[in-house]
Amino acid sequence: MTDFLQMGGYAAFVWSAYGLALVVLLGNVIAPLRQRRKLLREIARAATRMKGGSTS
Amino acid sequence: MASWVWFHKLGSPKHFYALSEKLLPWFAYATAITLAISVYGAFSAPPDYQQGQSYRIMFIHVPSAWMSLFIYVVMAVSAAIALIWKIKVTDLVAGASAQIGASFTFLTLCTGSIWGRPMWGTWWAWDARLTSELILLFLFIGYIALRSSFEDRAAGAKASAVLAMVGLVNVPIIHFSVQWWNTLHQPPSVSKFGMPSIDPSMLWPLLLMAVALKLFYITVLLMRVRCEVLDRERGSPWVQELALAENGGAVQEAKR
Amino acid sequence: MNSLGGAFMVVLRRDLALAMRRQSQIINPLAFFVIVVSLFPLGLGPEPNLLKSMAPSVIWVAALLATMLSLENIFHGDFEDGTLEQLLMSPSPIFITVVAKVCAHWLLSGLPLLLVSPILAGAFFVPTDALVTLMWSLVLGTPTLSLIGAIGVALTVSLRRGGVLVSILVLPLYIPVLIFGAGAVDLAIGGIDASANLYILSSILVFAASLAPWAAAAALRISTE
Repeated sequence: MTDFLQMGGYAAFVWSAYGLALVVLLGNVIAPLRQRRKLLREIARAATRMKGGSTS
Repeated sequence: MASWVWFHKLGSPKHFYALSEKLLPWFAYATAITLAISVYGAFSAPPDYQQGQSYRIMFIHVPSAWMSLFIYVVMAVSAAIALIWKIKVTDLVAGASAQIGASFTFLTLCTGSIWGRPMWGTWWAWDARLTSELILLFLFIGYIALRSSFEDRAAGAKASAVLAMVGLVNVPIIHFSVQWWNTLHQPPSVSKFGMPSIDPSMLWPLLLMAVALKLFYITVLLMRVRCEVLDRERGSPWVQELALAENGGAVQEAKR
Repeated sequence: MNSLGGAFMVVLRRDLALAMRRQSQIINPLAFFVIVVSLFPLGLGPEPNLLKSMAPSVIWVAALLATMLSLENIFHGDFEDGTLEQLLMSPSPIFITVVAKVCAHWLLSGLPLLLVSPILAGAFFVPTDALVTLMWSLVLGTPTLSLIGAIGVALTVSLRRGGVLVSILVLPLYIPVLIFGAGAVDLAIGGIDASANLYILSSILVFAASLAPWAAAAALRISTE
């Protein structure tokens, strides 16, 4: 197991490369998810304001 | 004839949203599976004769490079289609692809740098592939910058489409000239960027990773374009209903 | 055909006449070129062999940057005073207007650079036969710079702060011209035949000349609608 983690002495290089790839992939997934949530919230708020009313 | 109707329907944002809703889970699962198998293959392949274990970075670096170029082509072609045939969805595809493509180009450059360190002892080398990738990054940045500097979104989409088409035509020229430049100035010790002699056990994870990343791109692209559709169509009733349905509870609570 | 040629000459003459009235338009980029090139020996030291080896890229990069500075003259003035819209509405095709303006730009910026370059290259101890190659590379390369640059400024002419953006858009596209142009001079200094480079530069020029005006025309239409 430690052999695997050590990567023949190149551990820092191999794991940072794969780690960076993971960050890029995750970033590409999380960004649209967050944007979607934010958009829907905004749109819902605007829609309620239009329909609902100014009681508050 | 029915196929044309379907094609035209696809161009409409609302139908695209509905269709992508059904397709998205399939692409997501396919991506996850192929990614997992590729990574397994990347680490189960035998160490390279010359480079030992460090060559495993290749399994990210090379497919990432292929993706950056592939995405640029998709971006330019869909921008062109949007410009010429005025199909809105393809413009959204172009815009969404730009950021995804730039991130893959960035990943290619960084993994290339990381791979270069144990290989050549330097963090950067002006070899043909890395230099071409750097220029490709500039092309992506230019597209994103131009597109976002227009206040009128439609004008920004059209202008950046022209830029993307000009860039696409230039990509082979740039590749060719960078290759030539590199062979002329190449230090004698360095040959092609450390590609190990490809054993079949190394080849299949490489190719499968390329497939996995393409599936990933489609998945993330669909997600981003769906967001853009919601944004552009925010005035229309179906979007507002959707927003209220997903946020109804939260808005009620905020009122209290 | 007569009307096309006529339209071309009208636009060309007008641009040249306007530039003659504002001569700083010509002189400033040229002065920039000379100054920038002169900075390098000051930064690197006067050693002849070092300067000789750096000369091709220093002169070519300075030429690129000087061209970038002068690009806004192509469309900006006419955009601001409404002449551009008039030109676009005229019966003659837009690409003729673009070609004429690009020619004017080259005469006002590329040509001066070309004429001054042998003096600067001589100061960098570039041998005489390499000087000839340098001038050939500039003759074949600078029109391409004007052509591609025209696309860049056409895309950004309606934007308020388009200046730096044009550089970001256009400089990556200039890279092949730089590689083959500076490469030609480099080979010539080393005594190697550089005609392959010059042929490639001319094919890039032909390619740019046939496509760039259309792209710039499309960009102008987008910018002014």
